[in-house]
Amino acid sequence: MLQNLYKLIIVPLFLIIVGVVIVIYTVNNPTDGLVARMLTYDNVLTALQQHLMLMLVSMIGAIIVGVLVGIMLSRPSLYYVGRGVENVVNVGQTIPSLAILALFFTWLGLGFRVAVFALFLYSILPILRNTFAGITSVDSSIVESAKGMGLNQFRILTRIELPLAFPIIIAGIRTAIVINVGAATLATFIGGGGFGDLIVTGLSVRRDMVIVTGAGLAALTAIILDYVIGQIELRVVKWT
Amino acid sequence: MIKLESVTKKFPGMKVPAVKDLNMEVNKGEVCVLVGPSGCGKTTTMKMINRIHEPTGGKILIDGEDALKMNPIKLRLDIGYVIQEIGLFPHMTIEENVATVPNEKKWPKEQTDKKVDEMMTLVGLDPKIYRKRYPSALSGGQRQRVGVARAMVSDPPIMLMDEPFGAVDPITRARLQNEFLRIQERIEKTIVFVTHDIDEAIKMGDTIAVMREGELIQHATPSDLLSAPADDFVADLVGRNRSIKRLHLIRIREILDDVNRVKPAPEDMPLDEVKKRIEDSDIRSVIVVDRDNKLKGIIGVSDLKRKTGEVAADYCQEVSDSVTDDATLNDALSVMLEMGEGYVAVVNEDDQYAGTITLGDLLNVVKEDN
Ligand SMILES: Nc1ncnc2c1ncn2[C@@H]1O[C@H](COP(=O)(O)OP(=O)(O)O)[C@@H](O)[C@H]1O
Ligand SMILES: [Mg+2]
Repeated sequence: MLQNLYKLIIVPLFLIIVGVVIVIYTVNNPTDGLVARMLTYDNVLTALQQHLMLMLVSMIGAIIVGVLVGIMLSRPSLYYVGRGVENVVNVGQTIPSLAILALFFTWLGLGFRVAVFALFLYSILPILRNTFAGITSVDSSIVESAKGMGLNQFRILTRIELPLAFPIIIAGIRTAIVINVGAATLATFIGGGGFGDLIVTGLSVRRDMVIVTGAGLAALTAIILDYVIGQIELRVVKWT
Repeated sequence: MIKLESVTKKFPGMKVPAVKDLNMEVNKGEVCVLVGPSGCGKTTTMKMINRIHEPTGGKILIDGEDALKMNPIKLRLDIGYVIQEIGLFPHMTIEENVATVPNEKKWPKEQTDKKVDEMMTLVGLDPKIYRKRYPSALSGGQRQRVGVARAMVSDPPIMLMDEPFGAVDPITRARLQNEFLRIQERIEKTIVFVTHDIDEAIKMGDTIAVMREGELIQHATPSDLLSAPADDFVADLVGRNRSIKRLHLIRIREILDDVNRVKPAPEDMPLDEVKKRIEDSDIRSVIVVDRDNKLKGIIGVSDLKRKTGEVAADYCQEVSDSVTDDATLNDALSVMLEMGEGYVAVVNEDDQYAGTITLGDLLNVVKEDN
């Protein structure tokens, strides 16, 4: 148990330390005055806070909605609707994230909330698709034997279908995280803030240190999130 | 008791019903085997009993109660269910799989644990070794056993089994069949058993229901089915060598009373009397038993010439094999062929001499049939 917890925490902790070291180093060793003004603890913290909010709020929302809608669509009565939605989702995924953000900008205007909403919608897609696919791909003989033994619809869903679909749902969530990381750095274009602010301003004033710091921290955030989700999966799925 | 009255099932979009106007009764404690070619409606018939499929016509009565009016969840909790694909839950350990129904019924944990141990032992899986394993770590035969244990754990009065031994090799299948019969002798459940294998049907069934294209052609005991098939279809199904199949069906003790054979000779019987017995014997020899009526050997005419002595024991020659009285006639035949003799000695469960069966006796049984 302790060993397990240690494994779960040690890697993210190490990554966080790496991030902190990067920040301390760049803040204390700016290459010039412009960089010094951009890379202050205050600025980095604000960007971190915004970035985390962007990702976490949109991801949590997307997981809740994506899983619930995926479950709904997997019910036999909605199966064909689900198949249709699956196709729409697959097409939706091919739209570049920048285009999505632009679309939302023209529709809802600027700001943090719009960015969160856009990220949320964009991240739903893989989660919804995988939840639907995961549940409908559970071997029908397994569901039937559960039904034949007297489990009701809800028990079959919670005891059989969701646990068996879990690895596929997790894979969807991980895909969503990857997408979300990329898209979150673009949120700056519609005033969403986050590490994208550092990267974009760094680009416009051509200061590599600012760009690398912003990009590095964004990447670290993504890696930590993905690692934690992966560890959760490992701990839950013991049967393969 | 299960009673089907004019049960019909027509799947939506199908031209002909999968099951039509089927009338059938399964008595309490009996195994009824549904048999017939693939697609004839066996599975559909079985699945209407626990309402996985709802009949489109007719009635199903379980102990006189209309199953179609019962709460389907409650109904299913009291019907054991084994399907060909087994349908074990791959994300649950064997113990969790077996405990499915007790957990649904909210049994206390100790009771569930005890029963899971008992069931696993009953089907020949050591709980100490297998409880915590996942189905992926089991062989096909072991999974079948878990499937049966899972279906029986809450002691349901009725069991539905759809080709439960279909997915294993012939040797494992025979073993599982024998074990299952042994268990059934003790628990006496009412069982509907689906198979497409007529040999399995004859072996497992108290009654056999032959189906074709959704209809029940004949419902009879295996013996009646073999001796009086209702039509050419049934005759074809049971095959040409029905007489041999019949030997599978009869246990030795059933015919032992009818064979008239000289009494065995006690080991201390004087030579004169032994000679007389052998003369009276239709097999020109006599079995020798000891004081506890245990099988000691046999004396044939040639033994009298070859050996010297005063009592039976001096002339006695060991027999190389014997059969128990609960073996089938087919088992007896196998032993005779193996020994190269026309007879085999039969012992009861206490290992005491019970009689002797000859090839002639088997012939008589076969003859009666034709
Ligand atoms: N769920 C279903 N939907 C439509 N048709 C079915 C369904 N299940 C079985 N059938 C049809 O009903 C007939 C009988 O099938 P089944 O009872 O499975 O036969 P068996 O078990 O004897 O092989 C077959 O023609 C099969 O195609
Ligand atoms: Mg079938």
